[in-house]
Amino acid sequence: MAPLTTTMRHAIAIGSMAALVAASAVACGGDEGSSGTSDELTGRGPITLAQGKDTSGNLQKQIDDWNAQHPNEKVRLIELPEDADGQRQQMVQNAQAKSDAYTVLALDVVWTAEFAANRWITRLPENQFNLGSLLPPTVKTAQYRNRLYAVPFKTNAGLLFYRTDLLKQAGLDEPPKTWSEMTSACDKVKDEGVACYGGQFEKYEGLTVNFSEAVHSAGGVVVNDQGAPNVNTPQAKQGLDFLAQGFKSGRIPKSAITFKEEEARREFEKGGLFFLRQWPYQWALSNTKGDSKVVGKFDVAPLPGANGPGAPTLGGYNLAISSFGKNKATALDFIKFLTDEQRQRQNLLATSEAPTLASLYDDAELQKKYPYLPVLKQSLLNARPRPVVVRYGDVTKAIQENAYAALSGTKTTDQALADMQAKLTELTKQQ
Amino acid sequence: MATTIATAPEQPGSAPPSPARRGGAPERSGRLAALLLSPTFAVLALVVGYPILAALRESLYRRGQGLDEEGFVVQGDRFSGLDNYLDIFTGSGAPVFWGALWNTTFFTVTTVAIETVIGMCMALIMHRAFRGRALVRASVLVPWAIPTAVSALMWRWTFQADGVANALIGREVLWTTEGLQAKFAVIIADTWKTAPFVGLLVLAGLQLIPQDVHEAARVDGCGAWQRFWRITLPLVKPVLLVAVLFRLLDALRMFDLPFVLIGADKESVRTLSMVAFDEASNLRYGSAAAYSTVLFLYVAAIAFAFVKLLGADILGDMREAKPKRGLRARRAGKRKGVTS
Repeated sequence: MAPLTTTMRHAIAIGSMAALVAASAVACGGDEGSSGTSDELTGRGPITLAQGKDTSGNLQKQIDDWNAQHPNEKVRLIELPEDADGQRQQMVQNAQAKSDAYTVLALDVVWTAEFAANRWITRLPENQFNLGSLLPPTVKTAQYRNRLYAVPFKTNAGLLFYRTDLLKQAGLDEPPKTWSEMTSACDKVKDEGVACYGGQFEKYEGLTVNFSEAVHSAGGVVVNDQGAPNVNTPQAKQGLDFLAQGFKSGRIPKSAITFKEEEARREFEKGGLFFLRQWPYQWALSNTKGDSKVVGKFDVAPLPGANGPGAPTLGGYNLAISSFGKNKATALDFIKFLTDEQRQRQNLLATSEAPTLASLYDDAELQKKYPYLPVLKQSLLNARPRPVVVRYGDVTKAIQENAYAALSGTKTTDQALADMQAKLTELTKQQ
Repeated sequence: MATTIATAPEQPGSAPPSPARRGGAPERSGRLAALLLSPTFAVLALVVGYPILAALRESLYRRGQGLDEEGFVVQGDRFSGLDNYLDIFTGSGAPVFWGALWNTTFFTVTTVAIETVIGMCMALIMHRAFRGRALVRASVLVPWAIPTAVSALMWRWTFQADGVANALIGREVLWTTEGLQAKFAVIIADTWKTAPFVGLLVLAGLQLIPQDVHEAARVDGCGAWQRFWRITLPLVKPVLLVAVLFRLLDALRMFDLPFVLIGADKESVRTLSMVAFDEASNLRYGSAAAYSTVLFLYVAAIAFAFVKLLGADILGDMREAKPKRGLRARRAGKRKGVTS
């Protein structure tokens, strides 16, 4: 039976090796000395743009336009994974290796602090950009400690999608502006199959978005302007209670605890929800005949709040320059090119992604194609960023952990907020 | 052999096995073997040895997470001794670690046990001669051939609130929320995927059992159950144990299935690999390396114990008892035949 022993030894060797792969995967953190990069934006020549998948193909078209005008400063698009975590991972690895493979980075709005604090991105000169023409809250997401590190590229904010037919049934002419108006509208509609409100409450980034929206809409803060957490407050409690009570009373359907964007959209399109907090992308999809049963039967409004209009959470992407990239002068020009009026208009028309330039929202031609633009602008002007903290990954996890516990009823809202405050204090104390 | 040895000494240049040189020949061939194997060793040292050492070293360091006046992260790694390990076992990481260790062990024990039984049944069925056997064998392999992340996605659709699973059982279970139901979902999906693997390995073992042993047993009057218990199982045991060992090692490293099916941050299904991944993605490479090292030692210990406890036993068993078992079975059969 000697052959068997060898087989077994092999089996063990292979098994342990596989375990080691896991060990070695994390071993490539690498050492970091003092970085020898400068903030000077000099040098011209070919550069790259690293961002998520260019699903519409519009970005490549714009890059082709640039390349035609600048034959010596060509830009190459590097497509990163479609999900945000995958993009961040690639960019972090690239920065750890101090590689010059990526020059311009498309950063999710919540990564600015982490990338700036680690000196992975270069500080940008404020006077080179017409920041006044952009929606002010979007500029905030591009700053770290009042210094500009990126340029707002695309933005996003949650809207209240509501059923116009049900609103009429409730005898109302206008969508609700406060939570109590919303719940009383729901109580007037006697339809067993329709729940009142929905959002994204699965334990993932969307929960952080929905939680901070509820807290901000009740007048609270998650992390204040000085970077200190302050969630153990009556306002924050009112916000979290609104969601937790919704689950308890059945106004928010039980299954909403598993909702991400797409699950929520399907539920709304099935006709199962009166109100839904959702990103604007749903507008076009729910108005497409096919699976959607609510074509022409819905509209959008700004999110409601505790005592007045709510404060949506900002999404979107900013453009930054990697500290380790070459030809930064070209990179700076290219960022100006991608964020100019013509390019932002093209992008809105091709992809329906919301622009950061305020004037486009008042454009009659664009409003014709996207009737929700005025509502979106109003929402964006009220919008707040998610916590601007260096250890965002840990912070968002602590928020999700406790908000999820409160919504699924394993913790009281008081307990959840107290625990969240303790954890966030620990995570931000070094700042 | 004897003739060659007798004639060889006359020829110069060949290797005569004279007593004086006999000791030198194996040594020289040993050196040649070492020389020929050295590229393999070099590659192994590079792709296995270096990463282990680098991970071990990394696990003793901590990356700076403090900020300076200007708000920049204070760069540089700091030697922290065994702090990363202390954190895992007794410090701030302890609740997460013990929870993850329990989940990892729970998933390993339950999934491997279920998969072994189902895989065995699959193999027994596939071993029988019937029409369309080739098709069944090929189709059983399909779940195994699908990448785990893809099958996890498929199961997520099955288990979502308005999914197939709930339609079948006729009530709304929120499978992907925290709780026991999430564990069940993972076990079901994992079993679906890897039972065929066990089945196929065992089938290979079954095909090695000579048909005449079974025939002899049948002639001696053994029932189907007796034949399985006394003949099939002992003879297929070595292969079965290898299959189980492979599954054990695999299950202990479980990552992608719970990650995609249930979610990245759900405590109910968090395994050790997921914790290590999470630490690394939050830039705590030292702690991530420490978690991976602990997992590595855990896997190694279990594999060692498995081979020591069961492996050594089967070796002894197979060497001596193989003929005896058959005899005993035959005798038992005879006895049974006499008494009945």
